[in-house]
Amino acid sequence: MDDLDPRLLLISPADNIAVLRANARAGEVLRIGDKRYQLGMSAGYGHKIAVRPIAEGEKVLKYGAPIGSATRDIAVGDYVHIHNMQSDYIPTYTIDGENAYLKQRRAG
Amino acid sequence: MRGYPRSDGRKGIRNVIVVAYLVECAHHVAREIALPFRRDGVHVIGFPGCYPNGYADDMMRRLCTHPNVGGAMLVSLGCESFDKSGLLAHVRASERPAHLAVIQEVGGTAKAIAEGQAWVETTLAGLRDTPAVEMGVDELVVGTICGGSDATSGLTANPAMGRAFDFLIADGGAGIFEETGELIGCEHYMADRAVTPDLADEIIRCVGKAGDYYQTMGHASISPGNADGGLTTIEEKSMGAYAKSGSSPISGLLKPGDLPPAGGLYLLDMVPDGEPRFGYPSMNDNQEVAELIACGAQVVLFSTGRGSVVGSAVSPVIKVCANPDTYKRMAGDMDVDAGRILDGKASLDDVGREIYDLIQAVGRGQQTCSEALGHQEFILTYKSFEPIGPSCLPLAS
Repeated sequence: MDDLDPRLLLISPADNIAVLRANARAGEVLRIGDKRYQLGMSAGYGHKIAVRPIAEGEKVLKYGAPIGSATRDIAVGDYVHIHNMQSDYIPTYTIDGENAYLKQRRAG
Repeated sequence: MRGYPRSDGRKGIRNVIVVAYLVECAHHVAREIALPFRRDGVHVIGFPGCYPNGYADDMMRRLCTHPNVGGAMLVSLGCESFDKSGLLAHVRASERPAHLAVIQEVGGTAKAIAEGQAWVETTLAGLRDTPAVEMGVDELVVGTICGGSDATSGLTANPAMGRAFDFLIADGGAGIFEETGELIGCEHYMADRAVTPDLADEIIRCVGKAGDYYQTMGHASISPGNADGGLTTIEEKSMGAYAKSGSSPISGLLKPGDLPPAGGLYLLDMVPDGEPRFGYPSMNDNQEVAELIACGAQVVLFSTGRGSVVGSAVSPVIKVCANPDTYKRMAGDMDVDAGRILDGKASLDDVGREIYDLIQAVGRGQQTCSEALGHQEFILTYKSFEPIGPSCLPLAS
């Protein structure tokens, strides 16, 4: 992945995601390889963008290492986070309502 | 670089005197002894506990005979249980000047301070003539730690320090990384880098132990705030911390006070053995820094995103700032601006090389920011460890 938008940081050549170097808004266009991709949603710096297609069940690679698995097919240019990948160890708790654990606690 | 040769064959890049209190009751006297000399390389270390502890004994022996230490002034109240004569004999056996002042025997606070200050003044004058000799990178032990982390730590400073470790280890130096509690999720990946299958098993066991210990302490591994910062899974968070280790093979597993037997990359297991007895594995960053130094680190690399300001007694701390906004706000505390990677103004290799060059400059005597600002933090508390097994250091002769 030699030809990458300067707003993206590829940590290891083996990675299938790159991270945003700065906050990006939905609709911004990022260059990956020789193609351009419009960002589907806003994402802050440090968040992940797919630079290779990742099939459902495939490992997401960062630092050249698996950081979890895709829960649905992810296309190049897609934002990668809790909506399309998960831990292979323990679930991640979030405060946006997607999390059953916190929902239960609020209800209780 | 230039180093001060010691009787055990190691070399120091500093030649400090430690004033060591052997119980909290002697802390004030130790501090007063060091106060007039605090800009002259006289550092206060010590153990506050009154009850015996093998870990504290080992740590104090290692620290008082660390290659960066040229002499030790021990301060005892008198009735504490610390093995003061054993420590004194240990330091003297290393051919370093050492002195013990027992406050109850010399006649109280004022007399102990006067006796200690007189010894330090004389010893400092003697240390000025210590010959420095040529020192190679292959004689360096460098520790690495992150503290005050944020989402940028695992993106810029930690992987850049990992690159610096790769350069160091390729040149024959030794690097030590730690924080096994923040390596949960990458133990199998780490085990793949172990130089023997038995060492791989030890690494997996030690991360499992950390997981159990932190669970008992009620630690959460990954928080909603982490997810907001772009960290999706515990593996990802751990990999950010793990990036400090670079990409060299893992040559061994150490516990606090164990010395790397040769160059290479080592993992320091800082989580106590057995049932949790003394509280958190490490109560703050400086306890881990002290443990890296007890393992022989003459320099410690410290990455921070939010902006930690600490340094350490005994060994210089190089602060690598991960977050470009933090760097702008706190530049006076930061030795390296790794946030440039996020801005696209530098590559990981650029900053890794800069860190590696800075390690060697500090080895030639250049002061780090925390040294120049007078930071000399130190803490040592109760822990307990079993000795490492034979498969932890497979390459040791």
